Amino acid sequence: MIEAEKRHAVTIEINGSRRTLEVEARKLLVHLIRDDLGLTGTHIGCDTSQCGACTVEIDGEATKSCTVLAVMADGASITTIEGVSPAGSSLDPVQAAFHEHHALQCGFCTAGMIMSVRQLLRQHPDPSEDDIRHGIAGNICRCTGYHNIVRAIESLVAKG
Amino acid sequence: MIPAAFDYIRAGSIAEAIDLLQRDPDGSKLVAGGHTLIPTLKLRLASPALLVDIRGIAEMKGIAVNEDSIRIGALTTHAELLASEPLHKALPIFRQAANLIADPQVRNRGTIGGSLANADSAADWPAVVIALKAELEIASATGSRRVAARDFFVDIFSTTLGPSEVLAAIHIPCPAAGTRFTYRKIRHPASGYAVVGIAAAVRINAGVAANLSIGITGAASHAFPGDIAAEFLAGKPLSQGNIEEAARLQSAATECLSDRYASAEYRASLLGTETRRALLALAA
Repeated sequence: MIEAEKRHAVTIEINGSRRTLEVEARKLLVHLIRDDLGLTGTHIGCDTSQCGACTVEIDGEATKSCTVLAVMADGASITTIEGVSPAGSSLDPVQAAFHEHHALQCGFCTAGMIMSVRQLLRQHPDPSEDDIRHGIAGNICRCTGYHNIVRAIESLVAKG
Repeated sequence: MIPAAFDYIRAGSIAEAIDLLQRDPDGSKLVAGGHTLIPTLKLRLASPALLVDIRGIAEMKGIAVNEDSIRIGALTTHAELLASEPLHKALPIFRQAANLIADPQVRNRGTIGGSLANADSAADWPAVVIALKAELEIASATGSRRVAARDFFVDIFSTTLGPSEVLAAIHIPCPAAGTRFTYRKIRHPASGYAVVGIAAAVRINAGVAANLSIGITGAASHAFPGDIAAEFLAGKPLSQGNIEEAARLQSAATECLSDRYASAEYRASLLGTETRRALLALAA
């Protein structure tokens, strides 16, 4: 029986907590994260899978959450920027490097950028500048011109 | 942007996916990575009644490098194709091409089967599978059939895939030792798709081209084999002069697409240039 208005149960582990919600099939994951769970650190920029502001980790993989249906994430483990450094704890090393090297101005792209950089450093522990620029190609920043972002990432590599 | 409402079911097997499609072939859509379909739904360019999620179907996953052939499950993501060492060893063109597709996040979700079945006229994998003389394994209620990649693409967003069929896997014959490969494209600066893309494979035997095959994407309404250039170069040395003539003949014989990004004349010029560059890279 096909029912467009039917609500589907979605169980996800988000930043270490297990949550079950009832959603329409058409609900986007980014809306579930922001509107239903109140985790507004994940941003919606272009809403067309270009800009990367909505990037979260799904089962450890950087993913544009504006282009994933919430129902498709049922059973997945998701990390958002809020899970990278829980309130009250110190900054994640990537966040600290961005802070140190002034790798943001308006900050809109930063949460998504950090999620992509975490994946980049897992896959390339010692990246070249080309690797870095290729690794953040899915995240658009309109303020920094990327130079300070690249410097921040390079500082993490230099520290080892 | 919010898609129009639809229902959603996860299929656990190819048979179950086909069964679901058969109940309402026009109103149902398969979804795997969703990185073409979900944007299409958000723009309400499509409004299916049912999405059948096939991502969990184990028989459509994995890369198997066997003695005679290589099987790539249709659900293999661009990122998996990029990362696979056995595949890179057998067919380095996969890593080369995957690196030119979109960006890391999109590569984590998008699948080769989705790219082939969607048949965007500017997608990368269609050119690659044509150049590699792949066969596409298509499952239907009555069994399984194979279609040569060169015969699969019919028109823009159109293939020989029937409404209740599922593209299950890609089979590629193992190349002869010493075969060289390349993929290159003029990348559209916004979309990342190929304005023109060329995949080519060749073995150089006693100084002359053997088994040269070329796949071309972006230039026309669908990907197609560059037979004109390949036939001209068969048995000839890959000299600068021969390559230039082959590229010129292929460009002149191709009816190119015209759209707001690139006129037919410009695409024909790029086709010649990119064919020449690809073949020179193979000859080097």
